[in-house]
Amino acid sequence: MAVPAIELRGVTTRFGHIVANKNVDLVVNRGEILAILGENGSGKTTLMNMISGIYYPDEGQIFIDGKETQIRSPKDAFDHKIGMIHQHFKLIDLFSATENIILGINDGKKYNLKEAGKQVREITDRYGFVLDPQKKIYDMSVSEKQTVEIIKVLYRGADILILDEPTAVLTPQETEKLFAVLRRMREDGKSIIIITHKLHEVLSLSDRVSVLRKGEYIATVNTAETDESQLTEMMVGKKISLNIERSDPKEPTDRLEVRGVSCEDNMGVRVLEDVTFTARGGEILGIAGIAGSGQRELLEAIAGLQNTSTGDILYHNPDDGQTVDLRHKTPTEIRELGVRLSFVPEDRLGMGLVGNMDIIDNMMLRSYKKGKSVFLARKEPRGLAEKIINELEVVTPGATTPVRRLSGGNVQKVLVGREIASHPKVLMAAYPVRGLDINSSYLIYNLLTRQKEGGTAVVFVGEDLDVLIELCDRILVLNSGRITGILDARETTKEEIGLLMTKTDRGTEGNADAHR
Amino acid sequence: MHIVKRDQMEWYKSWLIRAAAIVAALIVCALVTVILTHKDPIKVYATMFSGAFGTPRRIWNLLQNIAMLLCISLAVTPAFKMKFWNIGAEGQVLVGGLATAACMILFGGKIPNALLILVLVIASILAGAIWAVIPALFKAKWNTNETLFTLMMNYVGIQLVSYFSMYWEAQKGSGQIGIINQSTRDGWLPTIGKYEYLLNIIIVAVVTILMYIYLKYSKHGYEISVVGESQNTARYIGVNVKKVIIRTMILSGAVCGIAGFLLVSGTNHTINTTTADGRGFTAIMVSWLAKFNPLFMVLTSFLLVFLQKGANEIATVFGLNKSFSDILTGIILFFIIGCEFFINYKLVFRHSHKEVK
Repeated sequence: MAVPAIELRGVTTRFGHIVANKNVDLVVNRGEILAILGENGSGKTTLMNMISGIYYPDEGQIFIDGKETQIRSPKDAFDHKIGMIHQHFKLIDLFSATENIILGINDGKKYNLKEAGKQVREITDRYGFVLDPQKKIYDMSVSEKQTVEIIKVLYRGADILILDEPTAVLTPQETEKLFAVLRRMREDGKSIIIITHKLHEVLSLSDRVSVLRKGEYIATVNTAETDESQLTEMMVGKKISLNIERSDPKEPTDRLEVRGVSCEDNMGVRVLEDVTFTARGGEILGIAGIAGSGQRELLEAIAGLQNTSTGDILYHNPDDGQTVDLRHKTPTEIRELGVRLSFVPEDRLGMGLVGNMDIIDNMMLRSYKKGKSVFLARKEPRGLAEKIINELEVVTPGATTPVRRLSGGNVQKVLVGREIASHPKVLMAAYPVRGLDINSSYLIYNLLTRQKEGGTAVVFVGEDLDVLIELCDRILVLNSGRITGILDARETTKEEIGLLMTKTDRGTEGNADAHR
Repeated sequence: MHIVKRDQMEWYKSWLIRAAAIVAALIVCALVTVILTHKDPIKVYATMFSGAFGTPRRIWNLLQNIAMLLCISLAVTPAFKMKFWNIGAEGQVLVGGLATAACMILFGGKIPNALLILVLVIASILAGAIWAVIPALFKAKWNTNETLFTLMMNYVGIQLVSYFSMYWEAQKGSGQIGIINQSTRDGWLPTIGKYEYLLNIIIVAVVTILMYIYLKYSKHGYEISVVGESQNTARYIGVNVKKVIIRTMILSGAVCGIAGFLLVSGTNHTINTTTADGRGFTAIMVSWLAKFNPLFMVLTSFLLVFLQKGANEIATVFGLNKSFSDILTGIILFFIIGCEFFINYKLVFRHSHKEVK
């Protein structure tokens, strides 16, 4: 058998008392795609950071081409032809692709942008990337930026590429293109490690899968010999069913009517343009779109946190049949109008909760103003905190623990629990499962479904199209602040949504790229 | 070796570390003393102690100084908790004191003393509050930088005081107001029995408790915490952030005004540009060291006043330069503030690689 490109033996890393990686063994061969699969917080990224020189293992050994090697810095990693593409891009906006690619290279050669541009072109042609080397980063889409990051690594001669959740920010079409490129690299003899928690990607792309769970190495299996349920079981540690129960909407009634809403950000750039839709009680309305297409602004406009320049936001109160306009109202005024609107914002600890306050005080955020007393009443919030801890199985030392000490999933349970506790008639949730493990994610899906069954109009902003299709009743697609379609979730496909997400006036961006 | 963040430490362990820091600081101070001055460090410490506690008069002085520093620390705390960097306490205290002095001069002997005291209190609170609310209004309206603004307001306050020192100067050319109403004692804060400063101390004790309750149990205090932690969260729950900023700065300035009143009417019975004596800045340290908890501030202000008094005494008794006492104070503060690092973080030494079989 050939000598593996990289081999890890007994690698352990600790952060304080937290063990991020425990005794991990891993083998990566030449010319293969290895998927590292695990839930959020299972130590995938930490492990890869160890190979790319960002962290240094507390214990264990790393072998490259059979030789024990110390990787002490990213530079060491490059010397061993290892390159990592991080989840968050590290590019300079004002520079062109080529300038970013050669940035920081110190090989003693003369700075020659033309020569470098030629080499970049060679790389793009070889693997079938679509990239204009002269284009500035600020003009680029997320997927183009990612391409720059990958070429940056290849330009430095990497033979081993590590990609950290590369598809998280891509549309289905872009993902397919990326996978095609990765397959070509594999044929070229490169080793590719891809970190992911999406099972179908693992199955369609990789040769072998290594599974991590809570920092521990579980096993490596050949992709051809496994299936989704086995992988899930390895990842979670027990058998779970991954089905969202979707009931048919019962007598959906119009609850929230958004009519022709436009708004600008504080730089004067239009972020929402003539947005019109209706959210119905008893229904989950999904909102799909590339990150930053106006999802946040739309929800904040409804919640009274974002100024709008035109349009109306009408709320039909099911209790008294009255209709009120929420536009230009503050959150307090909206509440005083008797509108039962709950909002789970994207930024949990920066907006929905106060990280340094305990669970009780965070419960109080929504209710502290009640009553005439100048003093706070902590009794009710305490009861609510305890109720949420019990019912949603929040793992916490107690109700007086600051929420920033809780894990991501538990933080989200606290937030969603509080927002649901006020029996909302409209419930808006932005990326409510981002960063959550599988169990917590399904708990949140079920909570949303239960709200819908109780007659609430649920608005769900999501990024995983598979989930949107399974969970929602209708899906609204936002594209640069405009609605490009409202689809029946039971009828539509990922591809259809993906096209609407990237469609431009000139046709689809995907086609434009392909013809260039 | 690398630095690792700790989990929450049990309270007794963190106090143990703080105590150890003080002991370590005293040892280092002793070494420095021996090396630089060849004096017996034990004697130096004894002098320090007697400088603070030596006589009943010194103890009263110590308590009075603690009360004043504490009062100003309490004043800046709500602003700091809101992450509004009010470094203008010095000026707010001075204009509060100036308002007191002005009313004592203008109304002394013309209205009954009890009424005069009431006027003094109101005038000083108003003056302090106005001085503090100006930067707050600018911040709320135009998002100006409050650090620079409040700092600048200090200098305006100081200049005002020196102008009125000339205006009301007791003897021509002295530029000093002198003791106001020395014979009639009009507008002087009454003394309880023979204890000159007792009323000051009681007033500050009451303010301390009120501030503690305000910050911890009132809706206003809760809003201050939310705004300080995250303005986005505050907006999200419908708190009017501008209103909270303005309201809190009025409170902060008002308490500074009270401190000015206590300094002029209750202590010095005069005013000059050094009446606040840098306490407006020291108060920031007191407040931070106590992590904005008014009850802990009693301890931290005690510590700082004790160090200052003791160090001054050393300088006088041993005939040392005033700078030497500053060196000692500096060393002790360095250790006390530095030990917080070890409460929040720990150092971990990396082991050499274990062989894996």
